[in-house]
Amino acid sequence: MSVENLELFEVFIRSARGLDHKHVGSLHAVNREQALEYARDCYTRRSEGVSIWVVKSGDICASQEDDSDCFFDPSDDKPYRHATYYPLPKEVNNM
Amino acid sequence: MHDELKQAIITYAVRLGDDALVLGHRISEWVSHGPFLEEDIAQGNVALDFIGRSRMYYTYAADLTGNDKTEDDFAFLRSEREFQNHLINELPRGDFAYSTARQLMLDVYHNHYLSALMNSKDETLAAIAAKGVKETRYHLRRSTDWVLRLGDGTEESHQRLQAAVDDIWGYTNELFEHDLLEQNLIKAEIAVDASLFKDQWLAEVSEILTAATLKVPTTEWAVRGGREGYHTENLGHLLTELQHVHRCYPNSQW
Repeated sequence: MSVENLELFEVFIRSARGLDHKHVGSLHAVNREQALEYARDCYTRRSEGVSIWVVKSGDICASQEDDSDCFFDPSDDKPYRHATYYPLPKEVNNM
Repeated sequence: MHDELKQAIITYAVRLGDDALVLGHRISEWVSHGPFLEEDIAQGNVALDFIGRSRMYYTYAADLTGNDKTEDDFAFLRSEREFQNHLINELPRGDFAYSTARQLMLDVYHNHYLSALMNSKDETLAAIAAKGVKETRYHLRRSTDWVLRLGDGTEESHQRLQAAVDDIWGYTNELFEHDLLEQNLIKAEIAVDASLFKDQWLAEVSEILTAATLKVPTTEWAVRGGREGYHTENLGHLLTELQHVHRCYPNSQW
């Protein structure tokens, strides 16, 4: 069997209760169930996690490098979107 | 504990260790030969589960024996005739269908066997079983998935898996048979009486095989002898590889 017949999945692991799932890598599998088992075998064998998500890589809609001009640059010159831009009134001592 | 019972428990623990070590070694032969990387890593994990289990059984046997015996003495310094594993474990790796068929039959078996061993009056054996049964549930999930996928897959995968099931079938009989030593330990509520769950095993394996569009063999043939130290020609070759380094460089550490 070659990986050409398999789908690519992205793996997210939550390393401890209360933390977020983090992207840890990707793997090939026939379906979601098998992807979950392989994620267990490939990414949690040294007790790295308490929860696993797998997502088909094709189902992730990702921003592109080419988009960065219109996606991210406009926020660079808008400091008023940060709370620190505004002077605090004297009445508010410490926030 | 009187001496005779202690000796019997040592032999029993070594037998269970032999089953686990020989099977673990066979599965480990897939490492770097897996059909693709992810399955390769998964096979390695399963192999380590069995090798780890053999270490626990051997260590317990060594502790009971005393005289500075260690797990290594059991694993590396006994010859073919001294191993008492069930023959199904030593059958060759074969193709992927062959390993998968064997694994399904054994995973269903271990699931029952270890669940029963958890109730053993011997606390150490019961504790080893409690750890093993969790691993087994995962193994069974994997082997069931693969049997369904290959059996109900392409014409070739179906044929190969059916051939494997037919080839291995007669080696399952001895899994449910007990010699005098084990019968005595069963009476003492230490060992597991596998004959009690043979029908259930057959029903569960049959259900999975049928769902995978495979035929359950009806032929009556059986190969026996593992628990007496009579082996197929495969075990000697396996031990040669398994024991080679340890015997060439005794007591070396790394």
